[in-house]
Order: sequence, then C-alpha cells, then structure tokens
Amino acid sequence: MEKLIGTLNKENIKDLVVWQEVLYTGILYTARDQAHKRLLELIAKGKKLPFDIQDKIIYYCGPTPSLKGQVVGSCGPTTSSRMDKFTPRLLENGLLATIGKGERSLEVIAAIKKYKSVYFSTYAGCGALLAQYVFEKQLVCFKDLGAEAVYAFTVKDFPLIVAIDSKGDNIYVKSS
Amino acid sequence: MRKISSELIKNKTAEIAIKANTKLRSDVLLLLKKSLAEEQSPLARKALTAIVDNARIALKQKLAICQDTGLPVVFVEIGNNVYVQDNINQLISQGIALGYKQGGLRASIQKDPISRESKLAYAPSITHTDVVKGDKIKITVLPKGFGSENKAQVKMLNPTASIDVIEEFIVQAVKTAGAGACPPYIIGVGIGGTQDYAGLLAKKALLKPITVKNKQKQLADLEQRLLAKINKLNIGAFGFGGKTTALKVNVLTYPTHIAGLPVAVNISCHALRSASIII
Repeated sequence: MEKLIGTLNKENIKDLVVWQEVLYTGILYTARDQAHKRLLELIAKGKKLPFDIQDKIIYYCGPTPSLKGQVVGSCGPTTSSRMDKFTPRLLENGLLATIGKGERSLEVIAAIKKYKSVYFSTYAGCGALLAQYVFEKQLVCFKDLGAEAVYAFTVKDFPLIVAIDSKGDNIYVKSS
Repeated sequence: MRKISSELIKNKTAEIAIKANTKLRSDVLLLLKKSLAEEQSPLARKALTAIVDNARIALKQKLAICQDTGLPVVFVEIGNNVYVQDNINQLISQGIALGYKQGGLRASIQKDPISRESKLAYAPSITHTDVVKGDKIKITVLPKGFGSENKAQVKMLNPTASIDVIEEFIVQAVKTAGAGACPPYIIGVGIGGTQDYAGLLAKKALLKPITVKNKQKQLADLEQRLLAKINKLNIGAFGFGGKTTALKVNVLTYPTHIAGLPVAVNISCHALRSASIII
C-alpha cells in the first residue's frame, strides 16, 4: 500500500484505505470537547460558524502552551470517542476529515461512509514528537477556552494512519 | 521538630512537576525498549519506535511528553517531626501551579465541573497526605492524563468470588478501554479495602516500579497471568494490534470486610509519569 504524501481533498481521500499511511501537509484545525459543543450549538441555531469547516480537517488536540522559541508545545491527539456525538453533524456540514486516537461509534462510521470522509489516527501520547511537524500555530476562535480553543496548525509531513476509510472499514479490533 | 519552609515545599513541588512531565520514568522507557525488541508486527514496531523517540525529544527540548499534563495527583508522606507553618495541601497546589506555568505545561483543570465555564487552571491537585515517622517530607507527583483515567473501573464483588472472576473483571476493563487510552498500558489494580480505598490502591500501584517482580509470590503470579491475558487482546501499541497491549500489571492489596471484595482498575497510558523528592 503506497504512502500518500501531500495534501488531502474530497477527491483523494475517497481512495484511501484502512492502514494506509499519510504524511499530510496543509492546515489542521484543533477542536475538542467544548469547541465542538459550541460549534454544534451555532449550527443548531442556524448561525455562521467562526471558521468555515467546509473541506477542513479537525484535529482533536489541546496543545500545551508554546514556550519562548517554540512554534507549539506538545500536541498529540485526545480520545476521539468523546467527540462522537458531534461528528456526524459536522461531516454533514462539509467537514472533510477528523484526526484523533482510538475507536469511533457506529454512528460516526456510518456518517464517514455516507459523506465519503476519513478518520485518521495519529501517534497517541507522542505530543513532543508531533510538535516537530508543526510550523505555525494561529488562534482561530474561542480564545476563552484556553487549551481547548481552536488553533490552525500549519503542518508538514504530519504522520497519519487511515483508521476508518470512506467505505466504512475500520482498523480497530472492536467498535463500540 | 524540624521546620521546613513553605517556600521550599512549593519550589520542590514545582521542580518535580516539571521533571515528571518531561522525563519519562526510566523503568517505563526500559520496558518500552524491551517490547520494541520483542515485537514482530511492523505497525506495532513503528508505534513503539515513535513512543521511544517521543521520550527522547521531550527530554531534549524540555517539552511535555504528552500534551495532557494531567490532573496532578500528589502523594505526600510527612514525618511526624516536621513542622510546616502553612496548609500543606495548599502549598502543594501552589507548587504545582508554579511548576506547570514555568514548564509550559497545560492548564487542564476546570474549577466548575458542572457549568464548565471557569477559565482553565493549573491547580488544585489531588493530594493524599500520610503521616509517617521521621523528620522529612517525601513528595511524589503523578500527572494523570484523563484519556486513561476515564477508563478506570471499580467493582464491588462478592467475598466468595473466585480468582477467575476477579481476573475476568480486570481483563474486561482493559478490553473496554480499547485503543483510546494510549496503549501499551500499565495496569494498576487495587484489591480489598473499601470502594474508595481500592481505587486509591489501584492508582498507587502505578507508582511501583514496573521492572521489579512483586515480592509476594501469589501476587507476582496473578500479575503475570493478567499480563498474559491482556496481551492476548491484540489491542497493541496505539491500537495497531500486536502483543504489546500492556507493559506490566501491578497489584496492591489491603484487608477488607467479610461481606465484600472491592476490586479497582486504574489504567495508565504508555506515558506513565511520576517523580519524587525527599526534603
């Protein structure tokens, strides 16, 4: 299985298959529990989101602060399953893909299949290593949430593994 | 009475909070490297290599090993001949906040667990204080990430439950944790006491070195059997499969009541971090 190196879009993610490795270059938007809650509340009210999620990739991550001379602190993935209740709605609204660690619910798998998305796993518990692939960090919205705010990470060759592909195939032993 | 200054307690706590978060425990690193040497699956090897690299980068660049710098759980053993002017629990929390700020560690504490609208903070820590004999203070910081803490379980079994039932509950807890809590895991088990005390034992079990065999043969055998069963679950490093789902199982026991058998499981991610200092 060939490694995909470069950017991701609606077209090329359809061809990705489980276990395939990707070295992604482009932008990632960090969002975790509270940011998801707010995004979904805005969608429910029919309001405009503070950033356009169309064709974007959300990375479940709450980084440590950047110390002097650092682009970003430690920035590994958080447990994806806590975002399961929000993900189908975001995919429905045009989100391209998600990145995190661990299993997803059957509802999320079905939504990934329906909207031809992909769920990636990245190196869990390796925040210092993953920081080496981040070249810029910019605050996007929800500054008051601290580590849970939305940041745009500009990344190069960020290592990903296809954990659920657009056909709904899944790398994990079980899915609950 | 030996007087220990509040300033010293705060500064030393700050120092080990940073150390715990940036320098992976040597026993954990040793077992990770051993697992890497023994693992066959290419993906599991890739995962274990990344984990070992991560520890090296964190130490070199003074970065947190994991962005989840945890809810700091602190164990304090204070000698009965020590005098501290201020409230020790408050001093520990202040020291944690100082260290977390200086070390660029994450403020992950939500002061209002219900509304969840408070600004995130570094502290308070969860501090367990024991009085021991002597004129020293020993402080141990265990930054507990919540990806794994969320997978903790306690079950009140019947006193007549067989060892098989106990083992089944523990293995099932790991199976339920699945890939989401950063395997390979270190499994802390507490058996006996009360519901809350079993939970505390399970957490304390994570502080025991994981390269040392349990001195009690019966428990050493139990730990071995559990580890073998857990490593057959094929969850593997990062959930990528393989035989390295857990590095070690540590069991602590305590006397319990005739009517019960509390069993607690506390799972640690591969980044099991802790550091101690004696003042």
